[in-house]
Amino acid sequence: MSKNLRINNKQFVDETRKLSFIFNGKKLYGYKGDTLASALLSNDIHLVGRSFKYHRPRGIMTSGSEEPNAILQIGNDDALTDPNVRATEIELYDGLICNSQNCWPSVKFDIGGINNFLSPLLPAGFYYKTFMWPASFWEKYEYFIRKSAGLGKSPTKQDPDMYDHRYMHCDILIVGGGVSGLIAAKIASDDNKKVLLLEDKELLGGSLIYDDNDTSKIDNQKSSEWLKKLIENIKNDKNIIIKTRTSVAAYHNYNFLLARQNLTDHLSVNDRNNKIRQRLYKIRAKKVIISTGAIERPQVFHNNDRPGIMLASAVKKYIDYYGVRCGLENVIFTNNDSAYETALSLHKSGTKLNAIIDIRANSSSEIVNKVKSLGIQIYWNHTVVNTKGYKRINKITIMKLNDNGNDVVGKKIELNCDCLAISGGWTPMVHLFTQSGGKLKFDNKDNIFVPDKTNLNQLSIGSAKGDFELDDVLKNSIKDTKKFLQIENSNFDKIDVKCSKEKEKKNIWLLPSDKPLSKTKPFLDYQNDSTAKDIKLALREGFKSIEHVKRYTTTGMGTDQGKLANMHALGIVADTTNTNMGDLGTTTFRPPYTPLTFGTIVGRNVGQFFDIFRKTPMHDWHVDNNANFENVGQWKRAWYYPKDGESMHDAVQRESKAARESSGILDASTLGKIDIQGTDANEFLNRVYTNAWSKLQIGKCRYGLMLNEDGMVYDDGVTTKIGENHYLMTTTTGGAANVMSKLEDYLQTEWPELDVFLTSVTDHYATASVCGPNAKKIINKIFKDLDLSDESFPHMSFKEVKLGNINCRIMRISFTGELSYEINVEASYGKYIWEKCIEAGKEFNITPYGTETMHLLRAEKGFIIVGQDTDGTMTPVDLQMDWIISKKKYDFIGKRSLYRSDTIREDRKQLVGLLTDDPNEILEEGAQIVKDENRKPVNMLGHVTSSYFSPTLKKSIALAVLKEGKKLKGQKLLVPMIDKTIKVTVSDTVFLDKENERING
Amino acid sequence: MFLINCPYCGERDQSEFISGGEAHIARPKQPTELNDDQWAEYLFMRKNIKGIQFERWNHAHGCRKWFNVARDTSNDKIEKIYKMGEQPPKL
Repeated sequence: MSKNLRINNKQFVDETRKLSFIFNGKKLYGYKGDTLASALLSNDIHLVGRSFKYHRPRGIMTSGSEEPNAILQIGNDDALTDPNVRATEIELYDGLICNSQNCWPSVKFDIGGINNFLSPLLPAGFYYKTFMWPASFWEKYEYFIRKSAGLGKSPTKQDPDMYDHRYMHCDILIVGGGVSGLIAAKIASDDNKKVLLLEDKELLGGSLIYDDNDTSKIDNQKSSEWLKKLIENIKNDKNIIIKTRTSVAAYHNYNFLLARQNLTDHLSVNDRNNKIRQRLYKIRAKKVIISTGAIERPQVFHNNDRPGIMLASAVKKYIDYYGVRCGLENVIFTNNDSAYETALSLHKSGTKLNAIIDIRANSSSEIVNKVKSLGIQIYWNHTVVNTKGYKRINKITIMKLNDNGNDVVGKKIELNCDCLAISGGWTPMVHLFTQSGGKLKFDNKDNIFVPDKTNLNQLSIGSAKGDFELDDVLKNSIKDTKKFLQIENSNFDKIDVKCSKEKEKKNIWLLPSDKPLSKTKPFLDYQNDSTAKDIKLALREGFKSIEHVKRYTTTGMGTDQGKLANMHALGIVADTTNTNMGDLGTTTFRPPYTPLTFGTIVGRNVGQFFDIFRKTPMHDWHVDNNANFENVGQWKRAWYYPKDGESMHDAVQRESKAARESSGILDASTLGKIDIQGTDANEFLNRVYTNAWSKLQIGKCRYGLMLNEDGMVYDDGVTTKIGENHYLMTTTTGGAANVMSKLEDYLQTEWPELDVFLTSVTDHYATASVCGPNAKKIINKIFKDLDLSDESFPHMSFKEVKLGNINCRIMRISFTGELSYEINVEASYGKYIWEKCIEAGKEFNITPYGTETMHLLRAEKGFIIVGQDTDGTMTPVDLQMDWIISKKKYDFIGKRSLYRSDTIREDRKQLVGLLTDDPNEILEEGAQIVKDENRKPVNMLGHVTSSYFSPTLKKSIALAVLKEGKKLKGQKLLVPMIDKTIKVTVSDTVFLDKENERING
Repeated sequence: MFLINCPYCGERDQSEFISGGEAHIARPKQPTELNDDQWAEYLFMRKNIKGIQFERWNHAHGCRKWFNVARDTSNDKIEKIYKMGEQPPKL
């Protein structure tokens, strides 16, 4: 530290704990308690980044979350690095590594800086205007635009950190642990309310905690001393839960708030092992008190963006809290009294203050008089018209304002400075209030938007509500909190507050200059490099709505979301268009208030916890037998079982051949199963399925098709009559939950008179489906006493038998076209019965097959899969399944829709079979079907829905939906692919065993 | 995310519920008697109003019961919750 920038201040910074960190490759030192920003400033580093568009050198400007410039890349690990971290918010830790962003080769010498000289060519809307034409060049432009876009670098590897979510409930949530929030917390707690107090910094107390100003006193004590006692009191209060380093990101309806707590970001990397990095609180509060404070506004003048130009309140905090001088030659530029507190802090710390420039004509408040008495030069009714110093400010030029404040007069005065502290007044932090749906109103006196109407049980207090002076803050916070909580008396009722009162106010959104506006750079949004000129240009070009101006100029769109820029942008628009700011309104405040990491948002829901996955009772067997799995809904289903390095195609060919020639076994446990009981169960089935159920006998099964009320196929499956008034319905795997919901809906809302009870039993039963010519022999080996003759146990029937103590429900039903038995047992016996089948089938080469083979086998038979061959636009007639629509039933769900003018159109898409002229050519599912590929635009007639190579038929087969498909049987059509065109012939949907002989073995 | 006072379970988070669209659209007793326009009216036409809307909600991750909600679509304020089969309140 060449310059003496640290002053003795042991209160908040621990000088016994020296920490080293690396900034742009250089090793530097700071202390425990520093932020990265205060540590950099103590090393005389202001220049930390380059601006987004013009690559102008930029320095630390603030001391909080509103920081537009000092956003750095933290860490250099591919997995752990964080872009766009505000140096003003991150607490210094030992070994911190950080780098400047948006500059190359270095922040001190940045090639992109040339943009600054090209800036007259880069006005608002430059990209929109320039890259419009020729349109075909866009691909070439895009590469360069993308390269220059963005600030930091994203991590390239998976985030190894742990994140957490937690729900919290409270009577009163207080957002912001400054003096007003603390008072509200105490009042609420004294009334026996459960209070949750959130503070985004590491310490409670807000800005008053480091206030060393003699002019403000509470109960005759120094205000910071009084506050410290209150904090001690609150820390020991059992009704108050305090979460520090916790920032509210979003305030939603019904007092639902999201807050992010930083748990390890302030620790050295080695101390973070096995700790949760950040936690997201999902808070539901009965009442919310917003005490988020205010942030200081800059002033808008030519070259107001140089490193060394800072908010006056930040300069004060760096001295009073961190013990860091931001410069040795300070000048203050203000339009209000609050900057005079900075003057006193500078004076008290023995830091040179060359002058104060004040745009007001004079002020005679207590605090200003005190500064006057110190002999500090004050230039009343003056403004800064220019600043000098490329990488650090070194001079300013000031001039006198005319009487209207719209021009400058007289001689230029030059002043030396290496730090210019600016203050343009204060803006209440109403972000959360407006996020929650609250409406703002404009306060003409202070030129601020303050909370007005809300539908929620909430209150804004302190400077978040627009009270800026200590006596107003305290007395109104007490009064408003009591009223909000309906409390008569509090321990603060007799509070005695003394503070300086501001007497003169003056605000000029865009300060005049001796140069024409076009020759100046008065920045509004530092991060996005938008200037007052850009706003005026946007207005000239016809953008009137503030939302349009924002988007055209990008004002307020950076990582800081315009926390500093927005009010000036509004002010300049209002002035230029002669509108009242209140009528203009504000742009929308959207969550999050400060950026969240993706890790915080997803919490524990990563890797295997990303989604629930469901496994059948036989799952381990499939794993042991080398199955590959496919996701069906949340289920993991065995897809195919490759042997000795087989490809999927080879495995599926082998599995399906075995199933057709001897025997195969499928885990069908995932099919949805609904137990239906009640005296009206039969009537219910009649109403929900298209076919008739009245005559189904006990012990018989029937295939059913379920429609939506619009007539489109919704689900299908086999339902078995287990007993009088007792049925077991099966549904598709993916549709199970929806079918259950739909049936419950009809029962509860449309047909409450029906005596029917539904129970989902999908998870309660496991199903092994044994098929093939040898299936009967295998089942016979297991169930020796069971009569499997076609007379006793025909196709589409059911038997309940015992295997030892295990109840087995066996259905003789078939989705493959082969003789097939489905054995249902209680889930816990699933693996046992499966292994029993495998053992019994060994001599018949029983072959486990997965979903892919199942799909092939059913496609050979032309059986549809709802959701693959249908897509919510197919009626049973479209599927050529007219046979399943009962003609006799008066009504069923979807019946009326089957003869709407649209559903009876003959040119609807209909399900057909497709055979490729080359039997070895396998169509791609999803491929389009056309008649004439040369006539442009090509008329697409339909698409392939299922396609396989059938080893039994030794040719490729496909199902497709085709416009007027029923009429096109035998027609030759084309399936154009990217590299060739495949010739196909429309066929029947049943490719194998049209006579249905195989189901009898 | 709002809170819904399930008439069977009490006040729960909205994430436990699913919305079933506009309420009080009874399925016609004799659909076959309706012409295409009348059937389409039942099938497709739904109100989408700014203000108080009567809706069906289901406590899907709770008791699985359907019930009716009168909700102000402009601010999600729930004015009234009442059971299936009950008449809409006058609001």
